[in-house]
This record gives sequence, structure tokens and C-alpha cells, in this order.
Amino acid sequence: MEKKNTAVVTVVGNDTIGIIARVSAVLAHHEANIQDISQTVLSGMFNMIMIVDISLSRFGELKDALDVLAGELGLQIRIQRSEIFDAMHRI
Amino acid sequence: MINTSEILQTVRMISEEKLDIRTITMGISLFACATPDRKALYQNVYDRITRQAEHLVATGEALEREFGIPIVNKRISVTPASLVAAACGDPVVVARAMDAAAKETGVNYIGGYTALVQKGMTASDRALIASLPEALSTTERVCSSVNVASTRAGIDMDAVRLCGQAVKDIAEATRDTDASGCMKLVVFANAVEDNPFMAGAFHGPGEGDCCINVGISGPGVVKHALEKEAKGQPFDVVAETIKKTAFKITRVGQLIAREASSRLGVPFGIVDLSLAPTPAMGDSVAHILEEMGLEVCGCHGTTAALALLNDAVKKGGVMASSHVGGLSGAFIPVSEDIGMIHAAERGALSLEKLEAMTCVCSVGLDMIAVPGDTPASTIAAIIADEAAIGMVNSKTTAVRIIPAPGKDVGDEVNFGGLFGRAPIMRVSPYSAEAFIARGGRIPAPLQSLKN
Repeated sequence: MEKKNTAVVTVVGNDTIGIIARVSAVLAHHEANIQDISQTVLSGMFNMIMIVDISLSRFGELKDALDVLAGELGLQIRIQRSEIFDAMHRI
Repeated sequence: MINTSEILQTVRMISEEKLDIRTITMGISLFACATPDRKALYQNVYDRITRQAEHLVATGEALEREFGIPIVNKRISVTPASLVAAACGDPVVVARAMDAAAKETGVNYIGGYTALVQKGMTASDRALIASLPEALSTTERVCSSVNVASTRAGIDMDAVRLCGQAVKDIAEATRDTDASGCMKLVVFANAVEDNPFMAGAFHGPGEGDCCINVGISGPGVVKHALEKEAKGQPFDVVAETIKKTAFKITRVGQLIAREASSRLGVPFGIVDLSLAPTPAMGDSVAHILEEMGLEVCGCHGTTAALALLNDAVKKGGVMASSHVGGLSGAFIPVSEDIGMIHAAERGALSLEKLEAMTCVCSVGLDMIAVPGDTPASTIAAIIADEAAIGMVNSKTTAVRIIPAPGKDVGDEVNFGGLFGRAPIMRVSPYSAEAFIARGGRIPAPLQSLKN
């Protein structure tokens, strides 16, 4: 498998105003470039998946910043290198 | 591109179904450390381990963060200590160096206080077995194993007798903590050289200088998949569902193994395809068997259910990894599996049934507590029975048994954490004293005329 520099951000929790704005701001601040977004709200539950290019980012700092934001917004925010999804679902 | 449902499935497996990597184990050869001088031996072993594994724990933690999957244990296995200490004559020196090195590198357990005696014992092997009570009661993180039988060599009944006695003596030496020292000794038949799981891990004499072995886990994921995709379906569907799930779990293990090996600059050894339970709810092998339609693990049908599970896990996993090894199969440790604990408490699971189950799955009588007054000869006989199953069926079997001092059937021992708790199980009250007293070797079995 080639070395990729993409990560998957998943956000789950109660819907409020400005979640995408806040998450995107953190990503931009850490030089992570959003490549794809898919987002739904089902009976008040906010679900979002972002594919981001993290070639220019420091992974640890970006993760820490998202953890802080998750605490502030009361949401679950995960960032994982995309290889784990490729490994599990692609031969 | 990976789609949304696949991403959510992976996230759910990790966050709700307790998918994790159970262990990254670095195998380190200690052959170059051998020397007759006790001080030099201690220093060589300590230096070799701490240098080689300096970045092991930090690398494991970085992988956890980046891939978002828990890596529960980071561990070390080393060359069997009886070989390394043969020139010096005092294996306890190696145990102390291993313990100190484990603390320095931050790993929770280090395996390899081991003797391979399936055919016979050297003076060093005997010294190691004799030292087990001291070594396991005075060190914290050292794990030990003795291989007493193999399909090609038969069973070394002298070693079996000594191991039965050693288990009793370890229990006595650690009686303040419910014989917790016994958790750190595994008596094997057909031990494998690349097992990453404790307490039976050691870095076999046929291995290279250093390698990374990874043990996967995920009973919760398998159970959840069966609930969702195979409810009430025939066994063909059950087997297919387990295979697909095992494939996905193993791919994650392979990814982590490859990343760890490349970041540490150490060759990748194997992925061990074991379903390793924990005492946490939703992380139980027994509950998978019950999901197949058994009222409680241990009832009739359990052996067949376990045979299917064990085989399907291997079939699914073997294609997902470039090198599969270790113990690879479902583990059935009583105290470490909440479903097994409940089954034993209800009286549904007996020692005899567990013995039958070990014929079709990985390892053997694991983390079983028995009355404290069980004679050494009875423990040796339990070991001999398990070794016979392994020897005749060309598979690995093992015994990790805890004769809890002062406790009897109806009591329980509680080890805490991943080790869980175990109800004391009944053993046969009849004696095998004269059988064990014979000594000698049980010859290796025929490999033809199989019936």
C-alpha cells in the first residue's frame, strides 16, 4: 500500500449551530486541507465525515486541537489515518 | 475511495464493539548475552533488552493516536532463559535483569523465563524449573513457560511432575495475593516460538535477532456481526460471517504490525489470529458460542460451536496477513472472559468440558482456579492430560492453573484488571500419585493409522 497523507475525521453528537465552521477552522489552522465532506442530521443527531489531506499538518497537534474542540462542543470527534479504513475494507 | 458506511462500520467496531490490538510484542534474541559471570550476564541482558526496546512503548502509543485504535499491551519476549543462563548456572539472574529491563522500557510483561524440555532436561532447565517459585514471587513483570511435550518427542513425564510441584510451590510463595504467581506460568505441549501473547510468549531459538509480532483481538466484533447478519441462519452463514469479520480484524493487525515494524526498524514477524477475550462486557468468546444458540457456554454443543468458530477465524484471517503464526485460535481463559466466569459460576462449565473444548481451539486449560489443597500430583496429571491432547492432535495445548491457597469450591479468586476473577472449580478427588511418580517419557505417537 502506498503511503498516503490523508486522514478521516468523524464527528457525531447533538446538532448545534456552527459545528462545521468550528471544525473547519481548526483544520485550516493546522493546515489540513478538506477533500470531501459528507454530513447529515437525523432526528437531531449530527453526523459528519471529512476526508482531509494532512501532508502539511502535525498529526499530534491537530488531534489535540480536535480533542479540545470536542470537549467544548460536547461532541465526539475522531481523526484517524485513512490507511486503517483502506486496510479493513479493500483487498 | 472509502464510502461512508465503511467508515462508520470501522468507527463503530472500535468505539462500541471493543475492537483493539491486544498486543505488540517485540521478540529479542538474548543468545549474544550468554556468559559464565553472573554480573556480566545481568548487565548484558539488561542492556540488550533496554536498547532494543527503547522506543517500543512510545511507538505503540503513537500508532494508537494516529490510527485511532487501542493497542492494549506493549510487551517483550526473549530467548528461553534456560539457554541464556546455561553457562552461568543461575537462571534467576536473567529473571531479575528481565524484570528491571521491563520496568525501564515501560512494558507491562516480559516473557521468556522458559525451558524447552519436551525430550529431556539439562542442568540449566532443572535449575530454571526449581527457581520458578523464587523467580515469579520476587519479580513483578516476568512471565514463564515450560514446554513439556511435543508431537515428535512425546511427553517428558519427569518435567510434568516437576511442573506440578512448581505450580504448588509458586501458589505457596504468592499466597498473599491468591497465588497470583501461577498466572505467570504456562506449561505447554507443542509450544510455538513466535507467540506474542502472555504469559506463554518467548522468542524461540529458531527466530532471528529481533522481530515484531502482533496479537489481534475482537470477540465483541464477531458476536455483533453474528447478531446482525446471521440471526437464526444455518451454520454456513455463521461460518461466512465469522470469516468476513476475522478478515477485517486481521487486516488492521497487519497494518499495525507493518507500521510498527517499519517505525522501529525491526523485521515484521507474524500476526497472531487469536480471539482474546477480556473480563469486560461485550468482549467474550463464550458469548459468541451462546449467540450460536447455546443456553450457556459449557452445555452440550459447545465443542462443536467452538470448532466452527476457531476454524472460521483462521480461514478469514489467514488471507488478510502476509505471515500468520503464534497461537492463532480462540482463547478460552476462564477468569478473563465474563461469559466463561458466569458459566462456571452457574455450574455449566466443568474442568472436563473445558478439556474437551481444548481439543478444538487454541491453547488449553487457561486461568483456571482450583482448590488450594489440590495435590501436586493431581496438577501434574491435569498437565499430562492436556499435553496428551496436544501431542496426539499435533496442536499447541497449555495449562495455566491456580491452586488458590485456603480456598475451596464455592469461593472465588479475584486478580483484577485484564486477569479478571475465577470461581474455584472442582477437580477429581481421586489420586494420580502413583501414575505421576513413575517418571520417564511417554513415547511420541504414530503419525499414521489415524483413528
